[in-house]
Amino acid sequence: MMTNVFTYIETRRAKVRYRPLEERLRDYREVELPRQDEESMEQSSRCMNCGTPFCINNCPLGNFIPEWNALAKEGRWHEAWERLSLTATFPEITGRLCPALCEGGCVLAFNDEPVTIRQNELDIIERAFSNGWVKPRQPKARTGLSVAIIGSGPTALSCAQGLNRRGHSVHVFERDARIGGFLRYGIPDFKLDKRVLDRRLDLMEKEGVVFECGHEVGRDRDARQLKGDFDAIVLSGGTRNCRDLDVPGRGLSGVMLAVDYLGKNNRAVSGEGSFDPAFNARGKRVVVIGGGDTGSDCVGTANRQGAASVHQIELMPRPPDSRPPNQPWPQFPRVYKRTSSHEEGVTQDYLVQTKAFVGSGSSLERLDCVRVEWDMSSGKPVLKEIPGTEFSIDADMAILALGFVGAERSPLLEQLGVELSPQGLVPTDGEFMTRVPGVFAAGDMRRGQSLIVWAFQEGQRVAESVDRWLAAGSREKDGK
Amino acid sequence: MSFNQIPGRQGLYDPAFEHDSCGVGFICDIKGRRSHQTVKDGLEMLTRMSHRGASGADPDSGDGSGILIQMPHGFLARVAEAEGFVLPPAGEYGCGLVFLPQDGALRDECREAFEASFRQSALKSTAWRVVPVRPELIGRSARDSMPHIEMVFAVPDPDSRGDRIPGDKPAAVPGVSSLSLEERLYLARRRAEYRIIQKRKLDKGQFYVVSLSSRTLIYKGMLTQAQLGAFFPDLQDESVESAISLVHSRYSTNTFPSWDRAQPFRYSAHNGEINTLKGNSTWMRSREAALVKDEWGKNLSELFPVIQEGGSDSQALDNVLELLHQAGRSLPHAINMLVPAAWEADGRMSPELRDFYRYQRCLTESWDGPAALAYTDGSIVAASLDRNGLRPGRYLVTNDGRVLMASELGVLDIEPSLIESAGRLEPGRTLFVDTVHGRIVPDAELKGSLAAGASYGKWLSDGLETLGQAEIGSVPFHDDSLLRALAWTREELELIVAPMAETGAEPVGSMGNDAPHAVLSDKSVPLFSYFRQLFAQVTNPPIDSLREGCVMSLETVIGPQGQLLSEGPEQARRVVLEHPVLTEETLDAFRRREGDSFRVLSLLFRIDDGPDSFARALDRICRDAETAVASGKRYILLSDRGIDRYSAALPCLLALGAVHQYLTRKRVRSRVSLFVESGEPREVHHFCVLFGYGADAVIPYGAYSAIAKIISEGDLKLTYASAAVNYLHAVEHGIMKVLSKMGISTLMSYKGAQIFEAVGIGSELVERCFTGTPSRVGGIGIADLARRTLEAHAEAYARDHQLPHILDAGGFYRWRRTGETHAWNPDTVSTLQQAVRTGDYSLYRKYVDLMDSPTSSVTLRSRLRFRDAVPVPLDEVEGEDAILRRFATGAMSYGSISAQAHETIARAMNRLGGMSNTGEGGEDPARFAPLPDGDSLCSKVKQVASGRFGVTTWYLTNATEIQIKIAQGAKPGEGGQLPGHKVSAMIAKTRYTTEGVTLISPPPHHDIYSIEDLAQLILDLKNVNPRARISVKLVSEMGVGTVAAGVAKAQADMILISGGDGGTGASPLSSIKHAGLPWELGLSEANQTLVMNGLRDRVRLQCDGGMRTGRDLAIACLLGADEFGFATGALISMGCTMLRHCHLNNCSMGVATQDERCAARFRGKAEHVENFMRFTARHLREIMASLGFRTLDEMRGHSELLEGAPDSGLDFSGILAKPAISGSLVGIAPGERADLTQAFDRRLIHMTEDAVLTGMPVTLSLPIGNTDRAAGAMLSGQIMKTRGEEALPAGTIKCELTGTAGQSFGAWLCRGVQLRLDGFANDYVGKGLFGGVIAIRPPEGSAFAASSNVLVGNTALYGAISGEVYVNGRAGERFCVRNSGATAVVEGVGDHGCEYMTGGIAVILGPVGRNFAAGMSGGIAYVLDEDGSFAANFNPEFADIEELGGKDADRLRAALERHVELTGSPKAQSILNVFSGSLAGFRKVMPRDYRKYLERKGEL
Repeated sequence: MMTNVFTYIETRRAKVRYRPLEERLRDYREVELPRQDEESMEQSSRCMNCGTPFCINNCPLGNFIPEWNALAKEGRWHEAWERLSLTATFPEITGRLCPALCEGGCVLAFNDEPVTIRQNELDIIERAFSNGWVKPRQPKARTGLSVAIIGSGPTALSCAQGLNRRGHSVHVFERDARIGGFLRYGIPDFKLDKRVLDRRLDLMEKEGVVFECGHEVGRDRDARQLKGDFDAIVLSGGTRNCRDLDVPGRGLSGVMLAVDYLGKNNRAVSGEGSFDPAFNARGKRVVVIGGGDTGSDCVGTANRQGAASVHQIELMPRPPDSRPPNQPWPQFPRVYKRTSSHEEGVTQDYLVQTKAFVGSGSSLERLDCVRVEWDMSSGKPVLKEIPGTEFSIDADMAILALGFVGAERSPLLEQLGVELSPQGLVPTDGEFMTRVPGVFAAGDMRRGQSLIVWAFQEGQRVAESVDRWLAAGSREKDGK
Repeated sequence: MSFNQIPGRQGLYDPAFEHDSCGVGFICDIKGRRSHQTVKDGLEMLTRMSHRGASGADPDSGDGSGILIQMPHGFLARVAEAEGFVLPPAGEYGCGLVFLPQDGALRDECREAFEASFRQSALKSTAWRVVPVRPELIGRSARDSMPHIEMVFAVPDPDSRGDRIPGDKPAAVPGVSSLSLEERLYLARRRAEYRIIQKRKLDKGQFYVVSLSSRTLIYKGMLTQAQLGAFFPDLQDESVESAISLVHSRYSTNTFPSWDRAQPFRYSAHNGEINTLKGNSTWMRSREAALVKDEWGKNLSELFPVIQEGGSDSQALDNVLELLHQAGRSLPHAINMLVPAAWEADGRMSPELRDFYRYQRCLTESWDGPAALAYTDGSIVAASLDRNGLRPGRYLVTNDGRVLMASELGVLDIEPSLIESAGRLEPGRTLFVDTVHGRIVPDAELKGSLAAGASYGKWLSDGLETLGQAEIGSVPFHDDSLLRALAWTREELELIVAPMAETGAEPVGSMGNDAPHAVLSDKSVPLFSYFRQLFAQVTNPPIDSLREGCVMSLETVIGPQGQLLSEGPEQARRVVLEHPVLTEETLDAFRRREGDSFRVLSLLFRIDDGPDSFARALDRICRDAETAVASGKRYILLSDRGIDRYSAALPCLLALGAVHQYLTRKRVRSRVSLFVESGEPREVHHFCVLFGYGADAVIPYGAYSAIAKIISEGDLKLTYASAAVNYLHAVEHGIMKVLSKMGISTLMSYKGAQIFEAVGIGSELVERCFTGTPSRVGGIGIADLARRTLEAHAEAYARDHQLPHILDAGGFYRWRRTGETHAWNPDTVSTLQQAVRTGDYSLYRKYVDLMDSPTSSVTLRSRLRFRDAVPVPLDEVEGEDAILRRFATGAMSYGSISAQAHETIARAMNRLGGMSNTGEGGEDPARFAPLPDGDSLCSKVKQVASGRFGVTTWYLTNATEIQIKIAQGAKPGEGGQLPGHKVSAMIAKTRYTTEGVTLISPPPHHDIYSIEDLAQLILDLKNVNPRARISVKLVSEMGVGTVAAGVAKAQADMILISGGDGGTGASPLSSIKHAGLPWELGLSEANQTLVMNGLRDRVRLQCDGGMRTGRDLAIACLLGADEFGFATGALISMGCTMLRHCHLNNCSMGVATQDERCAARFRGKAEHVENFMRFTARHLREIMASLGFRTLDEMRGHSELLEGAPDSGLDFSGILAKPAISGSLVGIAPGERADLTQAFDRRLIHMTEDAVLTGMPVTLSLPIGNTDRAAGAMLSGQIMKTRGEEALPAGTIKCELTGTAGQSFGAWLCRGVQLRLDGFANDYVGKGLFGGVIAIRPPEGSAFAASSNVLVGNTALYGAISGEVYVNGRAGERFCVRNSGATAVVEGVGDHGCEYMTGGIAVILGPVGRNFAAGMSGGIAYVLDEDGSFAANFNPEFADIEELGGKDADRLRAALERHVELTGSPKAQSILNVFSGSLAGFRKVMPRDYRKYLERKGEL
């Protein structure tokens, strides 16, 4: 078969296409448009099938990217999906949400534009779903061993799937009303339609994973008892402690945390809750503090709610438009990324520090800010206010999207005897086990705030560790 | 003192790898008239072949020379009389020289043993005569080791019937005394040798019988060619008369004294090499138990081993030749049995002769050359070449009844008027002189009589069956779990099996091997991977399996072997296997046919039977195999069918090795054939290892299953049957190539020959299963294999939660995170790139940490560590700049990499004071001049490779170093190929070829088939550019040390040892992964061997092939390297990300591509390469300081500062050994070149001084002789240096020469110089011709018809670029090979004419040999087809035979007119006389690619 080996030159990288602005702002449905077969195959054909695929190295899951690209370019979706499934836990989620570290390491990213790896992944898995190929995969045999997983975010789900497929009985405990953690309550529907999540959860249930919602271990049930009931416990509760902004006026109504804001809205969209006026930006002047992905999600949400204006401010400088020299290929570059939410209307401002929330009475009226610079003269960046640059932004709502600082202290950990590190994380050994035998920890709770793809990887790896530990234990029990 | 002081095995040196090569010749009187003149002539021939021999560190000690003459009865009778004994009449006594110990008591013992043996043969000795010698005339090391030389005389003892052991033989069989005197002398000699060497255990260097015969007498010794006659005053005696003188001049790869290895041997003298020696010796030994010759008695064991231990390949052949001859076969019969012509694919051969050869193949595999053999029994004298014809042999027949044959002409002055005819030895043909009947027997008659010697045809048709491949039936079931259990990977399916099944060709990869050696891997590595393919370099050439496939055969004969010493119908009762790799259907059919004679032995064992079950299974199959043979089974099938969750299988190679060796030790191996039915073998290498370790047939059902899987999954759109056929085709081609790399032509000679080196296998395992295989660092044992097998089995069945039909990813060929470690992985590549782009040394150190970390270690040296030493301050260590001068970049051609990349490297290396290398693609002359900014793009090292692309006189003149590439790490023993789509206009210009036309480099240099040829090429190049140093690039393998010693003796200035893992650009995957050894072994062996030979100071050693950090360099230096080469590291610095796509031309980094769009993406800068080199030098300096060395010269060779890591499981004592320095350090001072100071060209230069300066024409006349070699080369170099690229106007210098020119006549002759020779020329006329004109016609006064006689030797116009050659006479083999632009007219050529030609015009006014135009991709040939035989000799693969048209008539007429003008050729004149009428007789050969090119250009 003579294939054109110059496709990567002759075919250009296609930009992501979104639904029209005016249409998408009126609903919460996903903004990204699916690609047609032809475009998808064409884009996949740009992959050079490198002998040393840096994309794989950059991918926390080690996805066999060149292999499924090669299949996708021929439209062999079923095989591509099988190949993808070897490593990717929930490709329909990473395919939508992953910043695609792989694309930063794509060899083409060195002197050209990378392959659209994330979209290729999404195309493959969505074709698999729409063709009905994705079916529950029951384990061949049950081991008779059981594992409790605390939390139901991406790490927990990834871990649950891994353990269940290895034949262990898996029980997922979630204190919220529904399964999914940050995937359900943190990510807006216009980026991740919750039906996508439910579709996966449905499969997992059919595979035998037991989900128990509204059940907080440590409060609703003693964790020590749980330990008796299960052969192993995996803690994957995430880092629920949000970074806050301790400035005057923080207590004003209208100043809120992004998780709360997004959570409320997601619940409302799904019908789990109702639109709470306090968390509704309709007609309001909104300031989002924090320039990350969550901040961007807040921008998109506020616009959909009908905000009068949306500002997004950030303490750090605006990232460069192209790869800076200190983040050379194949590193994932921190470059300025104009998201679909940004397109929908926002005023972005950088190097801005919020000095105070100012309100009349209990309601927010404005933010007092100052421009800053980062002084590098000592070798370490030091934040410096620039005198005389004080200014205000009028606002009715301020949403703090400043990231997370650690796991929640909870009765659960106390009951199990698991202590947090000074960073607020759960220390483990190389096999993900805490100092308490049989109790494992993974995900943000262990490694700190991170990307969903890392959470999936943590879930896979902790499942392997638990499996190894259980296998060793069961051998002991069998006396072999 | 021993006269054979070749040391035993020590360190990495092994005497088994010593090589000889040589000059050989004879002169005889056809009518058998004896004269002393013939003896004198023989000695004169030797003297004039001096340059074909060599001397060691001591220039007065030759490698050996000798003469064989008829028994000089008159002389001996006089001697006897003088010494007081009486000789019987001629022919009634035996006589010979014996090398005896200097110790008197030992000598007496030897004599006594001899006497006892004589008695056994009913002989008695009449006298022992001390042979007069003149030791004062010879070199010190020869004298110091000289034996005591006596002559023994023996006569039949009428009182004895010989010793008889009661009941030894039936009374009906006559006793010893009935045997011929020659037979009795033979048995006596063999028994004496047995008594003294086998039983008395006397060192083989204390006792040696030069000859013992009633018909011939040999004088030889460790003498230079000129010394022989003077050293033995006997030879000066006028009464020493003979009708035959057979002489030999030896060139050995070592400098160790060995009087016994001088030739001739008892019947033969040999120039060349026996490539198949190992297999031949093994099979010979396995047949010994079955040898029967009633008349010789029952106890033949005293004649064993037939092949005497510790001898050379030539000796071994002589041993077997002698056995067969004494047992009753004539010498030509025995020679044709052992060294047959390439009859398999020769449709022109008579059926009777084919039957003769087919029958002989049932008895023995062939001994493959390259060989020119001369042999005599004292009445006949003959010479022949092996099937490949890779050694030269020229002869003259005189009208006064003499025949002179020699490796070259000119070794004896023959009056031109006496010459009746001039010819050359031809492949597979015999020059045969019968001095008894007084005539030359034509080859056809000789062969006819051999063929008529017995009822071969009937025996074969009655006994011999043939097994062809059966029709492929249904698609096999593909069993995913089986494939998993056998560790098949997706990668193997995609990169190995699918391409083979689709294209029928071997898969190609790029960028060398950076994965760990099998023993260092923590993955499940198949046992096959522990074996590295060996390959031919320098001392013997690889064969061109693609273009010269007519000499190759994969047919084998299986089934029990018959008795060797006689001929009869029963020996033909065997089966010819047409294909060595069988389909399942073929196996089924064969089993049905053979029924009861088949025994299946299962390799399975149950995994829950405990850890010993593996070893027990291995014992079981060995015992069962023996039982099977004992019960008369003819075939054993080792099968691993049936693997499942509960049963694992022994690795099939282990099982095969164990059974093969077990049966060999039990001496029953030749009674059974071994079939291997296994799911394991998949790639070419696997099959080669199986055959190499004794498999007779292989059925790779796993591969068939894999093909079925690939098809069912849609990765291959072919039917199963055609895919399987393609796959088998690819396997067979691959096997053929592996054979050819070793210079072996037939699978029968390869089978069981064990041409591998093991890396990482422990001695116990080697001893049991792979007996005799070198394994120099020790390693794993059976228990390790058992553990690994069980682990892999468990792993295969453990992953049930995954998709079971998707195999593991692999990662052996490409990096995968879950796969094998690669030294170059995303982390090391990106860290190094960041370091060199930012110039940040701390990042380089981070790269070093990644590269040298124990977890990523892939090399043997990773398991070495430095011992503690007293450090010196860093600032006392020699500076970076001094170190950088020792840095070189590897030979990457412009063509394989882009112009941007090539120039960036050159710029960087020139800035650093290091050396960059052109690679084999030439270099744009515009780069020779420095740039205005002070930089230079001129590569200091100009490479000369087998394709000779762009190797012009101007190119060589602009070299600081000229590098002869013998082999390259990624594909040693193979040629390269640049596909047409990569041959851009610029590349075509640089290479002097045609745009868009595929360029192929032949596997061998066609002017280097042996060590003395290499010496010749070095001399040629030295002449062209006396200022350049000459280096020779070798690849690490077992024996490279002895090759290096030979190369040092050939006067190279530098030897580059390349690691087998290195490599950039495209190569066959099996070669990348399985050929060549790590440089640690090769470098150390070379260093040790050079030191032992006292040659170390004559040459510098460079090392490359995976130099990644300063630590690598430090280790290389401690193991003996002076200089260091880099290739991959330089490419990565410029942006290469190990895409491993070089073969696709689509490098996205613009490095390895000729596509302009890709090349435009190149971002590399010279600074990046400079940073890499500087950092590496800095790192090296730091290590030097820590080890306490101030200079690299100080540090070199201090291997005691290294030690193996304690947990490495490997034995580094061989690598780290330090041999004692040899006593004989009286070497030639480096740079002093005797050959150059006497150069013929010095006179030419002197005589043309004015002409060169002023351009004023000059004509001069000179005599020339065969020792005047490379005539015109130095003059041409001088002219170009003086006058630049344009040289001189045509016709400025005209040289009229008379005589016989030495080799390389007119090599690299430049424009403006014309050489006209009246006489003969030897090999390599017009090599590299660059604008000069050469005309050769018969010597004045000669009467023979020029057009039917051979005037010019082999390989004329090799790599010619431009110019003209006219020969009024015929030329030898490979005329115009790789001609890229010269015009040549000749009146007949040998085999392989116009091979690989890419341009120019060849006009051949006479017959051509086989395989004309093979690989010819450019230029035009016109052949006068007088007898209509041309089409049969034409190879149509690349070219067509066309009608003449267009400009042809004009072209042809111009060439013929010029031919007549310069040579006066009567034949050309007669054609011109009736020119238009003659045109119809011409055939035009037009390469297809070239036609397309001409059509495009409108130049057709």
